Amino acid sequence: MVRIEVNSRTIEALKGQTILEALINNGIQVPTLCSLPELSPTGACRMCVVEVEGMDKLVPACSFPVKEKMKIKTHSGRVLQARKMNVELLLSSHPDDCLYCERNGNCELQKLAEDLNVRSRNISGERRGYKIDGSSSSIIRDPSKCILCGRCVRICEEIAGVAAIDFGRRGDRLKIVTAMNEPLDFSSCIDCGMCLLSCPTGALADKTSLQELDRPLDDPATKVAVQYTPEVVVSLADEFGIRTGTDMQGIINSVLRRIGFDYVFETSSGAEIAVMEQSNAFLERYGKNDHRPLILSRCPAWVNYVEKFRPELLSYMVPVRSPHQIIGRLIKGWFAEENSIPVNRICSVLITNCSAAKHEASREEYYSDNVPDIDYVLTTREFARLIRLHGINIHELEHEDTDEPFQAKGSAGKLFSVAGGELEATLRTLYRHFNGKELPDPRLGKLRKSGGIREESIVVPGGEIKAVAISGLGNAAEIAKLIADKEYNFDIIEVMACGGGCINGGGQPIPGDPERLKARIKTIYDADKNSGIRTAHGNTAVNGLYDSLGFLPGSEESRNKFFTHIKAVKVLK
Amino acid sequence: MLNDGSDRLKDRLTEIVEGEPGKYSLGLQKIFDQESKNRIDRTVIFTGANTPGKIAGSNKLRGAINRYIEDRKIDADVAQTGTLGLYSEEPVISIQLPGRTRVFYTCVNEDDISMLLDDLFHHTLPEEKLLGQLRNEAHDPWPDVPFLDELPFFAKQHRVLLKYSGIIDPVSIDEYISRGGYRAFLLTIRNYTIDEVCAMIEESGLRGRSGSAFLTGRKWIVARETAAEQKYMVCNAEESDPGAFMDRALMEGNPHQLIEGICIAAYAIGATKAIIYIRSEYRDSIFKLETAIKKAHEYGILGHNIFSSGFNLDISLRKGPGAFVCGEETALIASMEGKRGMPQSKPPYPTERGYHNNPTVVNNVETLCNIPHIIGNGPEWFKRTGTVYSPGTKIFSVSGRSWHKGLVEVQMGTDLGMLVNEIIGGSRRGHELKAVHIGGPYGCMIPPQKMNIPICFEAFKKEGFILGAGGILVLDEKTCIVDLVKYFMTFMKQQSCGKCIPCREGTKRISELLDEITRKTADLDQHDAIEKFRALVQLEKLAAVMLDTSLCGLGQLAPNPLRSSLKYFREEFEEHIFDRNCRSNVCRELRTYYIDVELCTGCTICAKRCPENAIIGTEKHPFFIVSDKCTGCGICREVCKFSAVSYN
Amino acid sequence: MDRIDRILQDFQHVNRDALIPILQAVQNEIGHLNSEAIEKIGDHLHLPASKVYGLATFYNQFAFQARGKYHIRVCDGSTCHIDHSPHLLRQFHKLLGIGDGETTRDGMFSIEVVACLGACGQSPVISINDDFYHSIKSGMINDILDDIRMKNP
Ligand SMILES: Cc1cc2nc3c(=O)[nH]c(=O)nc-3n(C[C@H](O)[C@H](O)[C@H](O)COP(=O)(O)O)c2cc1C
Ligand code: SF4
Ligand code: SF4
Ligand code: FES
Repeated sequence: MVRIEVNSRTIEALKGQTILEALINNGIQVPTLCSLPELSPTGACRMCVVEVEGMDKLVPACSFPVKEKMKIKTHSGRVLQARKMNVELLLSSHPDDCLYCERNGNCELQKLAEDLNVRSRNISGERRGYKIDGSSSSIIRDPSKCILCGRCVRICEEIAGVAAIDFGRRGDRLKIVTAMNEPLDFSSCIDCGMCLLSCPTGALADKTSLQELDRPLDDPATKVAVQYTPEVVVSLADEFGIRTGTDMQGIINSVLRRIGFDYVFETSSGAEIAVMEQSNAFLERYGKNDHRPLILSRCPAWVNYVEKFRPELLSYMVPVRSPHQIIGRLIKGWFAEENSIPVNRICSVLITNCSAAKHEASREEYYSDNVPDIDYVLTTREFARLIRLHGINIHELEHEDTDEPFQAKGSAGKLFSVAGGELEATLRTLYRHFNGKELPDPRLGKLRKSGGIREESIVVPGGEIKAVAISGLGNAAEIAKLIADKEYNFDIIEVMACGGGCINGGGQPIPGDPERLKARIKTIYDADKNSGIRTAHGNTAVNGLYDSLGFLPGSEESRNKFFTHIKAVKVLK
Repeated sequence: MLNDGSDRLKDRLTEIVEGEPGKYSLGLQKIFDQESKNRIDRTVIFTGANTPGKIAGSNKLRGAINRYIEDRKIDADVAQTGTLGLYSEEPVISIQLPGRTRVFYTCVNEDDISMLLDDLFHHTLPEEKLLGQLRNEAHDPWPDVPFLDELPFFAKQHRVLLKYSGIIDPVSIDEYISRGGYRAFLLTIRNYTIDEVCAMIEESGLRGRSGSAFLTGRKWIVARETAAEQKYMVCNAEESDPGAFMDRALMEGNPHQLIEGICIAAYAIGATKAIIYIRSEYRDSIFKLETAIKKAHEYGILGHNIFSSGFNLDISLRKGPGAFVCGEETALIASMEGKRGMPQSKPPYPTERGYHNNPTVVNNVETLCNIPHIIGNGPEWFKRTGTVYSPGTKIFSVSGRSWHKGLVEVQMGTDLGMLVNEIIGGSRRGHELKAVHIGGPYGCMIPPQKMNIPICFEAFKKEGFILGAGGILVLDEKTCIVDLVKYFMTFMKQQSCGKCIPCREGTKRISELLDEITRKTADLDQHDAIEKFRALVQLEKLAAVMLDTSLCGLGQLAPNPLRSSLKYFREEFEEHIFDRNCRSNVCRELRTYYIDVELCTGCTICAKRCPENAIIGTEKHPFFIVSDKCTGCGICREVCKFSAVSYN
Repeated sequence: MDRIDRILQDFQHVNRDALIPILQAVQNEIGHLNSEAIEKIGDHLHLPASKVYGLATFYNQFAFQARGKYHIRVCDGSTCHIDHSPHLLRQFHKLLGIGDGETTRDGMFSIEVVACLGACGQSPVISINDDFYHSIKSGMINDILDDIRMKNP
């Protein structure tokens, strides 16, 4: 324990802590721009500078260790002046289009300028005339708004494990670049959207189709069907200042109807179909040693990763569509037919936590007869914007029900939201298959621990099925190597690109801090605990769907409908 | 090269270390005399194998000399040396006839060779281009020829590190040893514990010559005391400040001196690996260091179990791919690790966690070159030169509009005015000294009235100046202070790594503003001018924040040229802003061009070539320049065949 | 085997430390860097291509465009600067029709501004490939270029 004096008050800190950590633990705030708790500190932004007695210059709190008897001033005139000047410097060449910016009202630079009382332009500089990179289907990069904090670079390398971007050049020409300065779409970017979550400004933003949505919504002849994922249900609250983790399903239904959607669906029955399909795929392969383990492929960013970085794993993957694309396929096909809507008169929208779903929806494999299975993809953030756009006061709405036939009757599909959850749902079904009875305790605790690698096994006659759930591609990259080298003997592997699973997806509200994450996860697990239907195979709604479709899970027809195709993609990586 | 590869002293190192200088056996003394060319039996002609000499044409001279010797079948050797430090007088050659002292000629060109050598071989000295002779008690001096150490340029210097530069053959290890080299290192590993070495260096008060002014001994002690399997000694030879070339001269003129310094330093901190990080453009230095390291290995001075002491050391070279900021020690380490050269926050300091997280000492070339002298002569000897706070000597590289340009080594505490006026002879003849700028791109402008300050860390600090690495730029009335500050700021904005906001954005803003005030903007009215001036004053506040919050020295010190010149040359800024006038006529957009009606023949060429259509008139009659439209590009003046265009 | 692979063979059992030396060797061999080089070097060292590219763009030495047959370096060190190197530079721009870091369309000339060539004693200085020209006056530039063009009809 170290005692330090901050603003004339004594506080305690742990040895080896940085000043910033000590301050945060004691509830003292200093602004930061470049540091994020899960990333290595770089000391780049100098926003966190504080005055330390005996040092002739200000020191960055984020990387300076505490020392016994250190005397610190966090808000002296000198410190404030310095912080303000540095913000003014950033603003001096920043495009002055806050009003039009996606991050207006939720921008760390804007907030700093406000907090530090920047009221006039004292320094003006040349604008940086950078071009916007709109090549990617998920992410727009506007380098003119970039403050070069490097968070995206570190997230992409340290958390996503992709390293599609790095700092390029130096000095006044410093810029975030991909390899060979290619447009993002041609780079090794896997569209996971981790960088979107980390960016303090509007330099990285959703590639949005909000505006195009007006047309189908306004056209009386077009039926618009929307599906939203369970992750959206538990995170939308954050966008409206409602208690984090609140289950918003009923509200979302009424909001969507008010906006003008004709059919309002929830995605988790798609997840349960996926459970049925991949369980069958597993049974087909189990016992034949050639292709173990089976790798689940419902995370579109993970699919991108394998295609670009690890094509040697392609043969391990079950190319089952992701849950929303299963529903998407059904909406445009079976559902439209059932309701006698011509294909050119139905529009399908997805609201999701996932950035990569945008890229996924644009893939040719997800087009049937030149029509996309999902027309528009909105992130949770864009959904919130859509609600505001329509002037709906979310606080005054009544709960409503989801439309048939894609309702969230069971909880197995909802588990897909959290890392390990897809595996948990699948193991429940596999257990039943092998043992002829349900798992005694459907809660598979080891899959609910924190951490990027979670191992679990279930007992089956003559042995056990070993499973592992990996989240955060940083972890996956390691494991992927071991699998390729056949040094692991898992039978089934789940991989989620985003750390903690989809609940922390690239399309979620910003900031995505750990406390919020915990609350959302709790809501999901609670729903599972309280649910009467906890398995996919036991969900009559899902069975009913198969019945209506007229085929069985694992059949030739279901393969045609619910499987996709994945292939190696060559990029500079 | 003389006796290269003969390795005459290779097996006699023990004898040298155990004996006492001056009392060696006759045989050994004879080798010493021959190797150090104290006594020679054949004529030797020395040419400069160093960068400034090469650029000035010494390679061509060498060709001419070789041809001369071959054609006439003359029994003579051609040897190579580093630079004497008189850059403005390169190329320099020197000739030593048997039994005579060595004489030096400056500014020699190919055509001079045959006449010069003809005369010399007839024992007459042509006077033209003669610089002087090297003092050598063993031989007859040439009559009426000054000794080098009597020339004003050399007489007031105090050469310790540069003593042999331009004199010895830099790659000959035998010559270095003959002149007492490697004795200090070999004695050190035989007789001193590492604590004793550190203590001696700390006691000597040696401070980092990169400008850091940090106590070298203190730094070593931290690294020595940090426990680790592997430690590293890194020699910082990045030296990419424009106008700094002392480290290069030390490496090109006497590389073994540096190697010896590195050896002692590595021993003192317990490092078995040393790395020289050198900028890749320094090809000659790289070649010489590589040769020197190879030789040292052959002599058992480097390698395994050196001199049976149990101490192992390897030195390797890393070629820096060009970035000024890589001179900063943490950026340098990042660069060695194969990363972008971005500085890291300190702490942790490299002495605790440096190269691959191991304790690493980074020292400048000049700092390390001091080490063998301090160990060889003792800390007391070292403290006798220089000031109490800054003992020893410092090398300065002088350039700009001075009379002499080149290398000056003086005691710390020497009067700046003396250096400028007496050693380098002030400004160019016919020009008036305006200021000197010391310390490289983040140095300060020192006005004539401050010229009496002593050159040492403490006096400079007191005045708000810095010594930096020791680059001195002499300015006269033909240099525009505003333009020069703009030049430095532009340099800094390009060289900043870009990591931290104050440095990246600050240098950019400052250079933008300076660019504006040296530019012709169509209608800068009084209000705009005041705005510009206000912005300039705002920059002083900005400079303070940059100093306070930038991560590394680059951003902290970058505003130095601006701050110091706003203090001492404010009126030049005001003239640029309010009068739109550059008194030195450097900022070309501020020039007013006019056509002399007497000289103009009305040929129309200027009007046709003016990109702004600012020249009007009718053919065969004098033309006029519309000054509102003129941007001062100067094309008209270049194209006029009748010299009718002038400016003021 | 191709030239890059051959260079990589000389760097066996190395780690990231070798990145800069490898890039230097490759650039020496093929004159500049391209995406093939970036990818191969990245694979060899198990580094993402973005990191290799990011690093290479940081340093002056690495070029991504082929240099001219005659590479002109104009020194803009402090001494050369006050001896009017910017004026020389403008002259080159005008005569060759290219800017800094560019190569003429016929591949003959390229221009680079460097911070200090190390001949402050004879400023201003330029170098063309390995030849140095010192104490340049702006009138000399045309002759220098003409000389070169004469040698390469
Ligand atoms: C921007 C910047 C550039 C530097 N460049 C050099 C350099 O070229 N050579 C050098 O020896 N030190 C340079 N330094 C200083 C080094 O960081 C370091 O302090 C030095 O190598 C320590 O050596 P010394 O203690 O022997 O002076 C530079 C520092 C900064 C901030
Ligand atoms: S894009 Fe955003 S996260 Fe990335 S460096 Fe720029 S401001 Fe930071
Ligand atoms: S001060 Fe400049 S050079 Fe140093 S770390 Fe900051 S941006 Fe980089
Ligand atoms: S948060 Fe400390 S420097 Fe950015």
